[in-house]
Amino acid sequence: MRVVESINRALHDLMEANLRLVILGEDIIDPYGGAFKVTKGLSSAYQDRVWTTPISEGSIVGMAAGLALKGRPAIVELMFGDFIALAADQIINHAAKFRWMYNDQVEVPIIIRAPMGGRRGYGPTHSQSLEKHFCGVPGLTVLATHEYADPGALLHRAFASRSPHLIIENKVMYSRPVLGAAALPCPPDADIVILTYGGCVEHAVAAANKLAEEEEIATAVVAVEQLSPFPGEDILSQVGNCSRVIAVEEGSPGWGFASECARALIGRVKHFSALAGPDHPIPSSREWEDDLLPGVNAIQAACIDLFTRG
Amino acid sequence: MNEHAVRKDRDVPASSFGELRIVTSSALQNLTLPQASNTLLGFELPIEVRLYQQMMLIRLVEERLLDLFSQGLLFGTTHTSIGQEANAVGVVNALDRDRDIIWSNHRCHGHFIAYSGEVEGLFAEIMGRVTGICGGRGGSQHLCFRNFHSNGIQGGIAPVAVGSALARKDEGAVAVVFLGDGTMGEGAVYESLNLAAIFGAPVLFVIEDNEIAQTTPKNLTVSGSIVARAEPFGIRTFAYDGNDPVEICELAQEAVSYVRAESRPCWLYLRTERIGPHSKGDDTRPALRLEQARARDPIPPMRRRVANFEEIDDFCRSVVDRAVESAAAAAMARG
Repeated sequence: MRVVESINRALHDLMEANLRLVILGEDIIDPYGGAFKVTKGLSSAYQDRVWTTPISEGSIVGMAAGLALKGRPAIVELMFGDFIALAADQIINHAAKFRWMYNDQVEVPIIIRAPMGGRRGYGPTHSQSLEKHFCGVPGLTVLATHEYADPGALLHRAFASRSPHLIIENKVMYSRPVLGAAALPCPPDADIVILTYGGCVEHAVAAANKLAEEEEIATAVVAVEQLSPFPGEDILSQVGNCSRVIAVEEGSPGWGFASECARALIGRVKHFSALAGPDHPIPSSREWEDDLLPGVNAIQAACIDLFTRG
Repeated sequence: MNEHAVRKDRDVPASSFGELRIVTSSALQNLTLPQASNTLLGFELPIEVRLYQQMMLIRLVEERLLDLFSQGLLFGTTHTSIGQEANAVGVVNALDRDRDIIWSNHRCHGHFIAYSGEVEGLFAEIMGRVTGICGGRGGSQHLCFRNFHSNGIQGGIAPVAVGSALARKDEGAVAVVFLGDGTMGEGAVYESLNLAAIFGAPVLFVIEDNEIAQTTPKNLTVSGSIVARAEPFGIRTFAYDGNDPVEICELAQEAVSYVRAESRPCWLYLRTERIGPHSKGDDTRPALRLEQARARDPIPPMRRRVANFEEIDDFCRSVVDRAVESAAAAAMARG
């Protein structure tokens, strides 16, 4: 099963089991079924509960919050994760705030699905990884799908919590097969631990396998599913006694995943380094984009550098 | 505008307000109520008297808030609706409190009191007490009580109101969202008009035009016509300029009936005046303009129509006194 099918199956199951659930987003109805085909078949099966919307990302999220607050859970698809900036006010000042601000008198069961990431040549406004701007928002849980877990199960988990969730999906990953946790390199007494999430996991795993084969450096990959609130204790236990840790993310450097990893690991590891995307917009040129985003070679080189430090 | 109708030829029957829930407040205990009235919001009273009592309650609550601020007993900020009470009572009394939903803005006390009668809960909330309507978490502009909600972000409540209306459409509920002339600058309002029309959301957009956004007059912030703004979306429009609570209530009833029956949005424009400051002591309008605003105060004309207004005033004053006393006695919210 591919990642896109896993998410699509979960959406079907949730719609079947929850008769009040609404799915809304741009271009999501059949025959198109969404820009990345994640909602394929849903509008045919649940015609009155799958709503294709105008191009109004902010108000779509606001409308979903209103539906959810008054008893109709909602799942919103943002066509490209980049467009989430248009919905920032609705997420930060409305959906994520309502429950606490209203003294727990209400709940807001909404899920926002956002396809993020580059490596498709879409250029500066369709290739970003903007999730860090929504991490640390009280009342919002941010999750990142990857193919070494169960993407559909992640959606079910988010739905069951009945609170605002942002799920980051990677647009390259949609067509990848679901591999499961067993496929993650997890050598005992690893020389290096790579902490990463989302679309970078695939590249980290390839780098770890090459490091084991070519350099005899035992490298473990920890694929983080929950970005915010940051699961520091869990990451600490997964790093264990390993003294070298590298954090890999595709978004711009600083104030992000690596910073949170470093905070969780203060005083616990000897060597820490970080890899991120560029500190300028993502170029359209495919080759240039590949040079800039952390790929297998860059991760491998960074790990060797970390290993040679001691 | 395709409607500018205020009917004066019919009474509003009490039964048309639906099954009104009697709101109890501890502020009511041991109080002598005016004759023929036994609820804080005066549900049993003739419409004119009821609306006057509610307006007076709002006026006295907000005057007391400004008084408490000037005494240094409140913190943060507060936005009073002094002068705009006729809109609050007119619109809210046209609703079915059991099922309809209200979304209000930073200037929400009047709408809140008219809906809930929770005077003590409001004072306690603004005073940061554990007995506040949101336990001291929300304060003046973030209130929640049953189907009443407010938030302090301009225009952001509009799409949320559309969603809430769609959620409860099957139950015949209507959602009302209060906006102002200043909010006409927010894009979310226009996205919401489009969404409401496309999805057939039973939403009543109420625009309280007081001709000033904080300190900036309308001619510097609003182009074109506020009244005409919703029509291009295929949204029926009602407009009113008069500050008479009974007329506003009648018009709102007509609008609400349309929204409920047709499951369509509606745009209700109400020209009003803000007599007080935006928040506290920040009124920069010239004296003449303020005088014009005060000339449209909705309370004095109602006193000529409500014979026992002094009795009602005394009652409302004692409700406010008790509520403040009781709120002040509660513990500060500390989490």
